Amino acid sequence: MAITNSYIQEKLIEKFGEGVANFGEPYGMLTFEAQKDLNLKILQFLYNEPTLQFQFMTDLTAVHYPNQVGRELAVVYHLHNLVENVRIRFKVFTDINTPDIFTATKLFEAANWMERETYDFFGINFVGHPNLKRVLNVDEMDYFPLRKEFPLEDQTRIDKDDEMFGRG
Amino acid sequence: MRPVRFNINAKTANIADAIGAPPPGFAGEGFFTSKMSDVVGLARANSMWPLPFATSCCGIEFMATMASHYDLARFGAERVGFSPRQCDLLMVMGTIAKKMGPVLRQVYLQMAEPRWVMAVGACASSGGIFDTYSVLQGIDQVIPVDVYVPGCPPRPEAIIDGFMRIQDLVGQESIRRRNGEQYKALLNSYGIE
Repeated sequence: MAITNSYIQEKLIEKFGEGVANFGEPYGMLTFEAQKDLNLKILQFLYNEPTLQFQFMTDLTAVHYPNQVGRELAVVYHLHNLVENVRIRFKVFTDINTPDIFTATKLFEAANWMERETYDFFGINFVGHPNLKRVLNVDEMDYFPLRKEFPLEDQTRIDKDDEMFGRG
Repeated sequence: MRPVRFNINAKTANIADAIGAPPPGFAGEGFFTSKMSDVVGLARANSMWPLPFATSCCGIEFMATMASHYDLARFGAERVGFSPRQCDLLMVMGTIAKKMGPVLRQVYLQMAEPRWVMAVGACASSGGIFDTYSVLQGIDQVIPVDVYVPGCPPRPEAIIDGFMRIQDLVGQESIRRRNGEQYKALLNSYGIE
């Protein structure tokens, strides 16, 4: 029996009610938002429910929306049911001033490095993570480079002279 | 701000340098006398041991340079060493991420004097197209560089030309460069020794 997106949506609403919202299917992949306190409960439910069995974490990352005041940072989970070959995605939003999200490392070992990477680039504080420190960038870095307020370019570069590009 | 410099006075290579003209001296039947420093410089310039530090596409061009068609061995650089303790010439080819900076510096520190450094390609020379938070904007931020080879990536001919410029340095500068005041000041500006 292949599980359908509408079935997953039904099960989630039945279990969490108001806690999940904004369901959509961009490119056929079920996507929804959840309250940030519920992220572990939803992961656990999707993992344990015998008809769903989303037991593989494909990806964990974040997005910065600087214009959404109060819900600037979105943490995105991608899950995969390997038996039925069905994928889903859900997001939890958090205020940039209190970027605290419960860690998924107790449920998925794969979340360990992905949460470190997300912390490295977006500064999400994963509460309960065993080793939350930078994984890709240099340890001395004192900001979170993929937040939109920081310029992409390296600010120490001195040879980018407008005269070199005929704009002097 | 660094002043803008355009290469309007291109220096043409002297072929006589490349084919290894003998140093000035006195020649007779069956003997030749010259300055010790010149002979040592000649020997060093034509028996360089390069240490390739290749991280990306410039490294592929270097492989072509070492292979039979371009054949860097013609310049006495037959022996590519992979231990910094043995090598004289550090060839940095490719993008150096900021996290790689301390590693590159460590490799440089492990080389024994006399040592030279060649930055091959735009990334090693200036960061190249990677003007971003994670990439070192030129290896001269962490170690002193003798010759820069431009290009993205440079052709093997350009790498060979850069190597010949290194040979000019090796053969003509003081064989005790490491004791010079200017050299010591340069290293001190990088916090070395």
